[in-house]
Amino acid sequence: MTTVRRRRTREFVEPPITWESIIERAQANQEPDWLIELRQAAWAQYQAMPMPTLKDESWRRTDYSHINWDSAGIITIDENPDIASIPAANRAPLIGDEQGALLAWVNGTVAGQELNPRLAEQGIIFTDLHTACHEYPDLVRDNLFQKAMTPNEGKFAALNAAGWTHGLFVYIPKNTRVELPLHSIFYQHSGATLGHVLVVVDRGAEVTVLQEYLSPEGEEHTGYIGGTELIVGNGANLRYVSLQAWGHNMYEFSHGRGHVMRDGQLDWVVGSMGSKLTKSFMQIALDGEGAWGRMSGMFFADGNQLLDHDTFQVHNQPNTTSDLLFKSALKDEAHSVWRGMIRVMPGAIKTDGFQANNNMLISSTARADSIPGLEIEADDVRCTHAATIGKMEEEYIFYLMTRGVPRIEAERLFTNGYFWDVLERIPFEDVQNRLLADVDRKILGHHNQ
Amino acid sequence: MGATLEIRNLHVSINDTPILKGVNLTINQGETHALMGPNGSGKSTLAYALMGHPAYTVDSGEVIFDGVDMLELEADERSRLGLFLAFQYPVAVPGVTVANFLRSAINARRKSENPEDPGITIPDFRRLLKNKMDLLGIDHKFAGRYLNEGFSGGEKKRNEVLQLATLEPKIGILDETDSGLDIDALRIVADGVNKLKGPQLGILVITHYKRMLEYLQPSFVHMIMDGQIVESGGPELADEIEEYGYKPFFAKHGVEATED
Repeated sequence: MTTVRRRRTREFVEPPITWESIIERAQANQEPDWLIELRQAAWAQYQAMPMPTLKDESWRRTDYSHINWDSAGIITIDENPDIASIPAANRAPLIGDEQGALLAWVNGTVAGQELNPRLAEQGIIFTDLHTACHEYPDLVRDNLFQKAMTPNEGKFAALNAAGWTHGLFVYIPKNTRVELPLHSIFYQHSGATLGHVLVVVDRGAEVTVLQEYLSPEGEEHTGYIGGTELIVGNGANLRYVSLQAWGHNMYEFSHGRGHVMRDGQLDWVVGSMGSKLTKSFMQIALDGEGAWGRMSGMFFADGNQLLDHDTFQVHNQPNTTSDLLFKSALKDEAHSVWRGMIRVMPGAIKTDGFQANNNMLISSTARADSIPGLEIEADDVRCTHAATIGKMEEEYIFYLMTRGVPRIEAERLFTNGYFWDVLERIPFEDVQNRLLADVDRKILGHHNQ
Repeated sequence: MGATLEIRNLHVSINDTPILKGVNLTINQGETHALMGPNGSGKSTLAYALMGHPAYTVDSGEVIFDGVDMLELEADERSRLGLFLAFQYPVAVPGVTVANFLRSAINARRKSENPEDPGITIPDFRRLLKNKMDLLGIDHKFAGRYLNEGFSGGEKKRNEVLQLATLEPKIGILDETDSGLDIDALRIVADGVNKLKGPQLGILVITHYKRMLEYLQPSFVHMIMDGQIVESGGPELADEIEEYGYKPFFAKHGVEATED
């Protein structure tokens, strides 16, 4: 018997976002001319690019044609944001009882802002991007869509550059070691927003930033089109933790890029638990000799979620080191995709690149695609990768159960252990526990859809 | 009165191949039994089947523990009733520390007795685990290591004995706990088990060789061949096997010789 596979014609349409609405908001915000020009140039690039489809290599496994842009594409900005809509656990201080810095947005509008006087005295800037464009125009202009992420990276990168609705701006002055963590939350209850994160760590400075993405569960599709730029100066050190716990009705399309200069270090950890669909491009560009970059990720998809990450470790200079560890667990009909590329540019000798991707299938209907890649154009380099896709093995669960632990608890213990090597890279115990609680909820099957 | 593990006419198969063909054995709490037999005779199958491994199908027979029909129960329920299996090849579980795991196991016991139980406090648990590690001469650092990850053969077996000591079962099955150990490691592990021996613990030592038994001094020795217990006696049976091997017994019981 032969089966005939019918291919449905899929439509990948643009969201109903117009230049008129962008310029209207920009004028209402009294944005400076240089910023409006930046938006306009990006809009032109956006218009010149087609919507990605399953025919594009990096979108082959990312069918988003079922998105309802009539809700997920309607930019929705809160006039009177309520900080209380963000769960209190997410707003609590990260270490002990002392708040370092907290900035929280609700649908594109700042809803709460705290900055510990100890940090303010150090001269750090921790503010929203609109304010920064007015108060620190040179700093922003030198960095925004200049050194890390650029609009030409893709359709959604261009859309983010043209239409970003809100953003975080962090600047850490030279040789400043920030003792307390900086914490930012993008909360979104409906519609679409376009958030942007710009972190600039000047030479010899050191900081830890936690960026959270949250939305409640709901029926109507919501959309987030994001951008992240992490600029790490000579000898600077940035630990950046980005956690996504969107409701299962969210569609996220985002681009992020780290630009690491000579002897700089970027330790980037991402955790994704929520959304209906996440398509995220992440790149670390090692742009100075001796630069070091690490990307770690933990993903737990259940229900019919698709968590899809494209990572790039780009060695542009000699003696650079990159490391990647992405781990996923998949339950129900969930699907994860990881495509990872280590690229060593000509002349980037004595580089060391590593990538590992592990996927654990908790149910037989879940699916993981793992596509490692190496492109090496320099001599004398060491690049390796490892990818695994496996089931949650009964031998392990049985062993744990023989000590009296019920099956569900054994699965929970095993999965917590599986994620631990990524989790321990998040320097906040409360945040680790929050993520473990998310894992537990998914194992126990208490998610809403 | 102590608990009794009664195995009656137990038939077990793996993938439709019969392995156990009618095993009868009774072990009382406080007794030490040895089960010896050549490779492929069904020793480990008995251990796994008693513990409830899903790959082992019980075709007929009964296993009654402390008056309860064990065959209806999952592995965790059997454990909580007081049965313990020290694995021949314990698996490594990255990211789960020995301490975290044992605390979960203790709390699972307490919760099954009383769903409202908040679990053992961390200080109480630390004290308990420290006492057990001291009893067995185990370095306290052990508690913070990931379960069997990167453990040597000897460390894995000591970890099994530590779990035995901490969970305090009524009957403990040691499945070839001597395998893969050199004589020094064997002595350390056997010393540990000896410290746990007493009226509260019944032990079934499954082994191919006599050397483990020299330390543990079982009062009862059984020999399994082709899925049945064919001889039962005292320590002299182990001596006989040591001296002549399994060969004479194959002929005596009309069993086709496997390697011995």
